[in-house]
Amino acid sequence: MKQFKGRVITPGTVSAEAVVTKAGFNTLASLQKSLQFGDKTAKVTDQNNPELYGKPIAGKALCLPQTIGSTTGGLVLYCACAMKRNPACMLFANTIDSLACAGAVLAEVWIDDVTMPVIDQLGDEFLNYVKDGMTITIKEDGIVEVEG
Amino acid sequence: MILTKDQQAILDGSKGETMAKVMKTLVMYGKAFNAEKMVEVTSEHNHLVTSFGLGVLDPVYQLMDKLIEANAISQQTFSCDPRPVDKNVPANFIQRLVFNKFMYNKQDFYEEQLQKLGLMDKDAFTCTCYMDQVGNKPNKGEILSWSESSAVVYANSVLGARCNRNSGIMDLMGSIVGYVPYFGLLTDEGRKAKWIIKVETTKKPEAQLLGSAIGMKVMEDVPYVIGLDKWLGTELTEEACTYLKDFGAATASNGAVGLYHIDNLTPEAKESGRDLIYEDAKEYVIDDAELQRIYDSYPIIWKDINAKPKLCFMGCPHMSLQQLKDWTDKVEKSLTEYGNSKVVIPTVFTAAPAVIKEFKKTEHYPRFAETGIILSYICPLMYMNNPTVGKTPVITSSNKLRTYTNARYYTDDEILVQITKGGN
Repeated sequence: MKQFKGRVITPGTVSAEAVVTKAGFNTLASLQKSLQFGDKTAKVTDQNNPELYGKPIAGKALCLPQTIGSTTGGLVLYCACAMKRNPACMLFANTIDSLACAGAVLAEVWIDDVTMPVIDQLGDEFLNYVKDGMTITIKEDGIVEVEG
Repeated sequence: MILTKDQQAILDGSKGETMAKVMKTLVMYGKAFNAEKMVEVTSEHNHLVTSFGLGVLDPVYQLMDKLIEANAISQQTFSCDPRPVDKNVPANFIQRLVFNKFMYNKQDFYEEQLQKLGLMDKDAFTCTCYMDQVGNKPNKGEILSWSESSAVVYANSVLGARCNRNSGIMDLMGSIVGYVPYFGLLTDEGRKAKWIIKVETTKKPEAQLLGSAIGMKVMEDVPYVIGLDKWLGTELTEEACTYLKDFGAATASNGAVGLYHIDNLTPEAKESGRDLIYEDAKEYVIDDAELQRIYDSYPIIWKDINAKPKLCFMGCPHMSLQQLKDWTDKVEKSLTEYGNSKVVIPTVFTAAPAVIKEFKKTEHYPRFAETGIILSYICPLMYMNNPTVGKTPVITSSNKLRTYTNARYYTDDEILVQITKGGN
């Protein structure tokens, strides 16, 4: 087990299986089809991201450097949360980008029954260490434990 | 974050619970980026990315309803991204059924919401709101609360306005309270370049390919591009602005670029030159081979990669008036060369309603109509989200459309041959 410390963007504690991308996560390209066509597992549909393409991310610990792409990104993430098809948590190696931050904050403020902890600034070492299928546990104060 | 008395009062509920939540959203957003204060939005108009009444996005419309009910509406009028459907664009019976009954079945409802929230006018739907004909063109130094990645990068880079890459919904929040958190691309420091891009191609690089290469390399950092003035000149002519529109859209969709500087051309680069570059900036050289590598790296996700194209989309982001005129000349000439009178692949060019209106007044328009190309105001991306369209082999020279759909990318020159002569 290895522990990392990041910064809390939206609070909460959770344990979930890791899904990892070292490339930017394009929120619109990844989630639009699953939201549109009823895929509750939220399989990633971004053709430019072979690490994630076809993998379900609903209920998973999504480990990523940052999100990229269209400015609908935050809105798409907000909808994923409202429809309960969001990742269990999002763990950013870098400082969070403005689109992902918007989605996380909008969900936190405007949706009553959803908690999606978001931690950023976990560093490159975190992203190099964590692998698909490992168990991620988020503790208080931005502590992230990785096992497996 | 230090708030003014007025801002703190809103946060504390002086204007009601909903306005307090709007302010709370902006404060949390700003705190994540260590914003020390909120600053006033100074542009005349806002621009929103969410233009589509997609049934499945019901959570968004519910939130809009909450805002309207609480009279938490935009203090600015705004333009909005393009409409998703146009009956002039080819679609079969099933596709139309899916568009109207299953996908965009909330379009009328949502447009009513937009009218209540502050839409500029009923046709203010385009991703290129900054075109002269549309009338939402901010001035240098103005603070914006815009979204739409291609519009934000254009406003920052070509017009010298100041705007972060705001998300849909967050765009409206800033416009409702009239303040945005001060961080990132609003600050002088945030507008400095962490990358030097050296363009060393032997011919004018394809805007969409160059932007794609840079976006994928620098992600969200600011690039300072050297060597492009050799091809674009040192004045922001209509031709240069059109190039930068397409270039910027590719940097923003293939990466997350919100601002670029072009040496000797864009306003801040002209003012401050290479002082805009951080001392430890990284370097990326782009030559012919690098552009070819980028082109070859694009996946082709058609079921049959040798399929004959059934549709061509041009205009993501929407075409400029100059582009419509230039393409009319090019298509006309190429059709003559190949002995055809009409395009051989159904082809749709998209532009802002106001640009289309102006284009129809020009001597080019009757000639354009003769080529058989369809002119539309829609968002090609929204059109292609229809699963029954998704299987159609569509070609485009838009890197943004390629990124979000199964459309296959070709350069402008290749597209011209495909639609006037025929391709594979």
